[in-house]
Amino acid sequence: MIRIEGLRKRYGALEVLRGVDLHAAAGTVVGIAGPNGSGKSTLLKIVLGLVRADAGRVWIGGEELKGGSGYRGRLGYMPQAARFPENLRGSEVLRLLRELRGPGTAPDEELIDAWRLGPELAKPVRTLSGGTRQKLNAVAAFLFRPELVILDEPTAGLDPVASSVLKDKILSERTRGCSFVLTSHIMSEMEELADAVVFLLNGRVRFQGPANAAKLATGQVNLERAVAELMREVA
Amino acid sequence: MSTTTKIVRYELRDLVRSRWVLGYLLFFLLFAEGLYRAEDSSLKALLNLVDVVLLLIPLAGSIFGTIYLYGAREFIELLLAQPVGRRQLFGGLYLGLALALSTAFVAGTVTPFLVHGMDAPGAWTTLAAICAAGVGLTCVSVALAFLVALRFDDRLKGLAIVILAWLALAVAYDGAVLLAVNAFADYPVERGLLAATLANPVDLARIALLLRFDVAALMGYTGDVFQRFLTGGFGLAAALAAAASWLAVPLLLGARAFQRKDF
Repeated sequence: MIRIEGLRKRYGALEVLRGVDLHAAAGTVVGIAGPNGSGKSTLLKIVLGLVRADAGRVWIGGEELKGGSGYRGRLGYMPQAARFPENLRGSEVLRLLRELRGPGTAPDEELIDAWRLGPELAKPVRTLSGGTRQKLNAVAAFLFRPELVILDEPTAGLDPVASSVLKDKILSERTRGCSFVLTSHIMSEMEELADAVVFLLNGRVRFQGPANAAKLATGQVNLERAVAELMREVA
Repeated sequence: MSTTTKIVRYELRDLVRSRWVLGYLLFFLLFAEGLYRAEDSSLKALLNLVDVVLLLIPLAGSIFGTIYLYGAREFIELLLAQPVGRRQLFGGLYLGLALALSTAFVAGTVTPFLVHGMDAPGAWTTLAAICAAGVGLTCVSVALAFLVALRFDDRLKGLAIVILAWLALAVAYDGAVLLAVNAFADYPVERGLLAATLANPVDLARIALLLRFDVAALMGYTGDVFQRFLTGGFGLAAALAAAASWLAVPLLLGARAFQRKDF
């Protein structure tokens, strides 16, 4: 579903990605872990076309990204921080996104129902709490039945109930064949969701494989300790 | 409907409910009403309006423009994650804000005069010219503000730059030109003066508007030079070309910066 080869990106003197390769088959969840500043968000943003890579190639569903915007019709994106035009209602934001996507399959409003967001969508976005905005963000990511969903720390800011609703949604969409690339600092969540873990450090892939393999390779009992061990090895 | 139109529509829906834009409209409404009541002749009222338009509109456009683009950063990222081209999104963002600010200015300014009516000959054409100049300055200042906001990620720096640019073009420029004219009073300076005016959109708007009033005569010889230059075919073409490039150059540079930017 997604293939990345030799991705490099530099911001001035700072080399954020130094040759990243990544591969994920359709219907899998890839979790990207790594300390702050390891290049996780930059990697996601290159896949989305928000950031231009200096070198390297990206394929999504067999199609190589070459600066066009059409492929994003098959993508869903849930950014880390959600800010919408303050005076629009949630429903208007979703309608704008739908108009930009053009007519297609019926929207997936399952999350709206699961979170009972109906009444919140009628209010101006500026009056919504941070958690509710984050839910709106998640709704937008799943609304158009994407083939690939990119989530940047999806459960940050969600309460445990809301967070498990989102995780259930991810797992059920995965069985439908949808692929996911997500970042998280919560390793238990990573262990629960991800089929494969990619550990980024200083712009390079330090480890890539099933969560179990990470535990075996480092001799640790859980992923959190395994990741900590990986970070220590380099330091 | 094109992508740009869709974005403009939603942006207008957002801005129409914005307290800042409503306040902007209200300001012009109260100001024009006040002028109408305070001045005994409608031409005098319009002359006072010119000063405010030349000073306030570039400032408001610059500040609104930078703050708006900085504030929309996350939403721009979300929109760019949709199947939307960057050029269309940039066009939509720009048109939406320029349209909202222009409409607030024109509606606020014109309404009191429409309600009370004006009797002086030529007053309506002059009001139309003021509105056109105001809309033009709005478009130019929003374009410059967008360019600055795209080139500088540091919000404070961006705001400082547009405010300095405003001070330079709308406030200090005139004084500097006067000083220069004074210093070189013994030399033929008309050409230099004309060039200096063409090089500043605020000055260009000022001269074009003031020539509509009798005060042009008060400007003496210089007024006469401008009168002859701007009513001639070549002069008018040069003035229009200068105004158009003040709009086109920042817009094109802004579109290019938007196209290449890493969000």
